[in-house]
Amino acid sequence: MIASRRVADTVIILIILLLAWQALHQLVGATALPGPVPTLAYLAKFVPSERFAENAWATLVCFFYALLLSYGIGLAFGVWMGIHRLSGAVGEPILISLYTLPKVTLYPVVLLIFGLSLSGRVTFGAMHGVLPVALLTMSAIRNIPPVYHKSARTLHLSGWQTIVTMLFPATLPEIVAGLRIGFTLTLLGVLLAEMFAAKQGLGSLIINAMQLMQAEEMLTVAVVLFAFAALANALLLWIEHRLHHRV
Amino acid sequence: MSRVGWIRLAVLAIAIGLLELCCRLGLIDQRVVIPPSEMAVALVRLLISGEANEQIVRTFGIVLLAALISVVAGFALGAVIHALPRARQSLDPFFATYYAVPIFIFYPVMIVIFGLSAIPIVLMGVATAIVAMIIATLNGLDRVPQVLAKVARVHRMGTIATALRLKLPAAAPHLFTGVKLAVSYAFIGVIASEFILAPAGLGRVISDAYTDFNNRQMYALMLLLIIVATLVNMFLHVVDQRWAERRGIAKP
Repeated sequence: MIASRRVADTVIILIILLLAWQALHQLVGATALPGPVPTLAYLAKFVPSERFAENAWATLVCFFYALLLSYGIGLAFGVWMGIHRLSGAVGEPILISLYTLPKVTLYPVVLLIFGLSLSGRVTFGAMHGVLPVALLTMSAIRNIPPVYHKSARTLHLSGWQTIVTMLFPATLPEIVAGLRIGFTLTLLGVLLAEMFAAKQGLGSLIINAMQLMQAEEMLTVAVVLFAFAALANALLLWIEHRLHHRV
Repeated sequence: MSRVGWIRLAVLAIAIGLLELCCRLGLIDQRVVIPPSEMAVALVRLLISGEANEQIVRTFGIVLLAALISVVAGFALGAVIHALPRARQSLDPFFATYYAVPIFIFYPVMIVIFGLSAIPIVLMGVATAIVAMIIATLNGLDRVPQVLAKVARVHRMGTIATALRLKLPAAAPHLFTGVKLAVSYAFIGVIASEFILAPAGLGRVISDAYTDFNNRQMYALMLLLIIVATLVNMFLHVVDQRWAERRGIAKP
């Protein structure tokens, strides 16, 4: 019942968005903003093409590496700062202020260090994703109720058993929330990097299409990315809800 | 300052010192990163010469404008949505997905529609910031105690009077969290847009300096942006925390 209503709500929002798109199209004209119908027709033609596949693959590879780095480094820092109170207290405000910083500012530095390469884009993507993963992992570990620690000690659990049966299940939901935000921001970072300077990838495809005034292609790529991000987020949100209601 | 505060300061000082040392010793190529001390000197010179003043005023003005629009419109929209529970329920999946979508992919669309001017940049700033404000408003209004609504009814206050004189102050701590987020998101939205493509502004000047290998100017302006963004965010964070404590909803 609730699930079907959510689906209905999502459909309603999609319809409203499409109507708003159509209205804006009527307002500004077809050259600036093609309507939903021509764009979707173009999408059906463009997505199976070679050029799209190449660029999408470039973005995916870059995103995959960036995500690995974000999760690896973020989790390591988060666990360390969660367990070691002092490092957490010292590091948290630093991480928070880095989190709120517009990190695009630093992209030229990344470019100077790595050049116009895959590693530069991966680094920049990871710079966005690491911070939320680390911050939420840290708070997940800190928010474990003290009684869990006590019961682990009462049951004489070994270190490894404590981790597997207590620490891991207790922190999982919040860590998954961190991973979800990390996913989102890493994608944002990778796309920003591609939009600013890259020869391949979906981000550069959008910028090229804009310079060539190919509004249809630009919108097509934007729609594909929108759908990808929204679906991935919905999936991760679903996992998160399942974990929260598991207990 | 507390012990933790001193340690934090020491950590930062050591990090900057290490960077300086590595640059001076040539471990890091000066064509890649210039020593922090030179960044600071370059920044002071740039500020004194006043060359970049116009761009600085422009960018921070746009950030301020975008943040203002987001806060005011975000609060108004949030209040309206809060009054319509059915609409709010339907919008839930939209809010949950909004920040998952990299909105910058729509910046080129905006440029094509509005031309290469300040308008698409302001719109991007608003687009990144406004939803945070709407969500914070909804959260804040949710937490207004029921009894206050009754008080309003007892005093026969109108809808607008209730909203402004009762709900607004009661929800204020949560609203301020929204303001904080709106400002830092507006920063990110505006600067990122300027980086990608803009007729002028700090982001544009930095990216030009990067293409011209003008490292001094690039690092000076980067330092400026980082300092301003950090100070503003820190200030808002401190005020936010104070306010939360006063209202007894202290956040960890």
